[in-house]
Amino acid sequence: MPKQKPEIRKHNFNEVALGYTADQAVAEAERCLQCPKPQCVSGCPVEIEIPDFIRLIKERQFDEAVKEVKRRNSLPAICGRVCPQEEQCQQQCVMGKAGEPINIGRLERFVADYEMNRGTSTISKQEPTGKKVAVVGAGPAGLTAAAELVKLGHEVVIFEALHKPGGVLIYGIPEFRLPKRIVAAEADYVKRLGASIETNALIGRLFTIPELLVNRFDAVFVGTGAGLPQFLKLPGENLGGIYSANEFLIRVNLMKSYAFPEYDTPIRIGKKVAVIGAGNVAMDSARSALRLGADTVYIVYRRSKAEMPARAEEVENAEEEGIIFKLLTNPTKFFGDEKGWVKHMECIEMQLGETDESGRRRPSPVEGSEFLMDVDTVIIAVGRTPNPIIQRTTKGLETTKWGTIKAEEETGKTSLPGVYAGGDIVTGEATVIKAMGAGKKAARAIHQYLASQK
Amino acid sequence: MYKIITKQELAAKIKLLEVNAPDIAAKAKPGQFIILVVDETGERIPLTIADYNIVKGTVTFIFNEVGKTTKQLGSLNEGDSIVNIAGPLGVPSEIKKFGRVLCVGGGVMIAPLHLQVKALREAGNDVTTVIGARGEDLLIFEQKMKKVSNKVYIVTDDGSRGFKGFDFLKELLKAESFQRAIVMGPVIMMETVSEISKSFNIPTMVTVTPIMVDGMGMCGVCRVTVGGETKFACIDGPEFDGHQVDFEELVKRQRLFLPEERLSSMFWEKLGGGCHRER
Repeated sequence: MPKQKPEIRKHNFNEVALGYTADQAVAEAERCLQCPKPQCVSGCPVEIEIPDFIRLIKERQFDEAVKEVKRRNSLPAICGRVCPQEEQCQQQCVMGKAGEPINIGRLERFVADYEMNRGTSTISKQEPTGKKVAVVGAGPAGLTAAAELVKLGHEVVIFEALHKPGGVLIYGIPEFRLPKRIVAAEADYVKRLGASIETNALIGRLFTIPELLVNRFDAVFVGTGAGLPQFLKLPGENLGGIYSANEFLIRVNLMKSYAFPEYDTPIRIGKKVAVIGAGNVAMDSARSALRLGADTVYIVYRRSKAEMPARAEEVENAEEEGIIFKLLTNPTKFFGDEKGWVKHMECIEMQLGETDESGRRRPSPVEGSEFLMDVDTVIIAVGRTPNPIIQRTTKGLETTKWGTIKAEEETGKTSLPGVYAGGDIVTGEATVIKAMGAGKKAARAIHQYLASQK
Repeated sequence: MYKIITKQELAAKIKLLEVNAPDIAAKAKPGQFIILVVDETGERIPLTIADYNIVKGTVTFIFNEVGKTTKQLGSLNEGDSIVNIAGPLGVPSEIKKFGRVLCVGGGVMIAPLHLQVKALREAGNDVTTVIGARGEDLLIFEQKMKKVSNKVYIVTDDGSRGFKGFDFLKELLKAESFQRAIVMGPVIMMETVSEISKSFNIPTMVTVTPIMVDGMGMCGVCRVTVGGETKFACIDGPEFDGHQVDFEELVKRQRLFLPEERLSSMFWEKLGGGCHRER
């Protein structure tokens, strides 16, 4: 798939991957073997009939192809861009055994963009059931659950705490990987299906879950995500210029601080930026920092390249753009200038030992190997934990020791009747598509629950 | 959209807005705050709730016009609207019968303190209130405070009214006993009062107002060190034990974006400061 050249794209926030043309999409679709027992479908958390939509592309029936995708997945323009297909559908593809698997994600993106550009999507209204469901959080899990529930004829209100819908898609993933107009269009599609979205509504404070159930709704789906940033708990961590990845990305993505002062929210990026961590959020942060004008951007990670949790494609993009990987390195302390801004970061070299319970080799510090790095911005991207507000304000809702909500994997059913949950709030930080899969399963379970309540 | 019902200028550059927000009004409690975004390109800023009216469905907040967003807010009029208001946010204040409570407020934070004083009185406390400002002309809510407090003292930095500075508090605390102190105002004032109250062993709650973005626990910019531990003002606070807060760090973190804030403010004034700008 064509991409913007690294030397150009590292100075702009436009989308890096440019997408297939119709001819390119058809050529890719023609490679598909149309297996009688397709393996790819088993790798898809939302069960898209992959060979069917690829066949329709091959036949140039693009409108039909997108309909086929949307039968199973309400947010294809998003999934086509941010799903880790290489670990899911494409990993199962027979063609991958002999060479390159079919680029299913890029084909999904192609049909979704095709429809978005043409504006052809048709919506058929369902017979109303008279049941009302509240969806808490307008991220991937919530939007998917809402779409499925309205398709089944239920009335759905989505409550979103921020001022725009999309959750991590709008505040977390940068414009150059997922343009915000795409997120807005997908959220708009869910609205056109019939769901309504109330922004600025922090559930737990504005209304509690029990209040929603008593006053207005027959069931509730909680998809509030893993929104709380983790810090390193190191000395000097509260110095200026040290951001959580969440703060940095919220400023840049949701608040558009790259366009400051036209947009009011400021961001300050120095010349030497260190991003701590090596997941997708770390790659997003590093590449955003580069685009905001940093001279040198480091990824500082305590293990080696093989253990990096980010998608291979994102690591490759970061490398192409000139991000420097300082591996087997861990920060230990931050030092500031007289104004309270970070100036140096003390690090220690690490070595890998035995394999731990996560299946990765455990890092340990090399004694006496401390050294100083000159930095003026540090972005901490070492993971996020569940937002605790709902758990703190909902009596009887069982949680785990990690603060996630206890819910059945296949249904999202929680310890409270009529309350379902899915996505990162249940699993801890995971992927967009897994959250969507959970939203979909919960919607089915809620549908059954509502039918049994008649 | 949240429509402005009432606008008042309480002192130079200190303004009050009462906005239509019935859901928030129904849920608000003393000590909580809202986050607002003035317009489509606006930033998210926190403001402590100064009052709420469940019957009218309104929420009131008071602010000092110091930066771009507060100046822009101040340029709005009755009938205009604010695009986004989220709230009520933060943990409500603990309101119960403590006995004798000392409430100290400074600047615009006197307004939300008034809400607490009222609630503390209704809970059966004897409340002595101290209100302060840089000078007499900037002092707000004096009459309102007199109505709800058992006793009111006035302090100014320049001595133009009442006591000059907070030294008199030491005498007051020597003469009278208090079971709790509530302090809301500029960091330096909260630090001074907390130091004094500590030497008299009076449990003291301060309300911190650091920079916030989402205000819901997501970004961590509002982190405050309390008793050596990092807390998020938005979800763990905004009230903390005044004897445990690292005020020096708090001041530094409040000033992190001062150059950008100045630039933003200048940029806005260059564009007409709300008078001529097309919106």
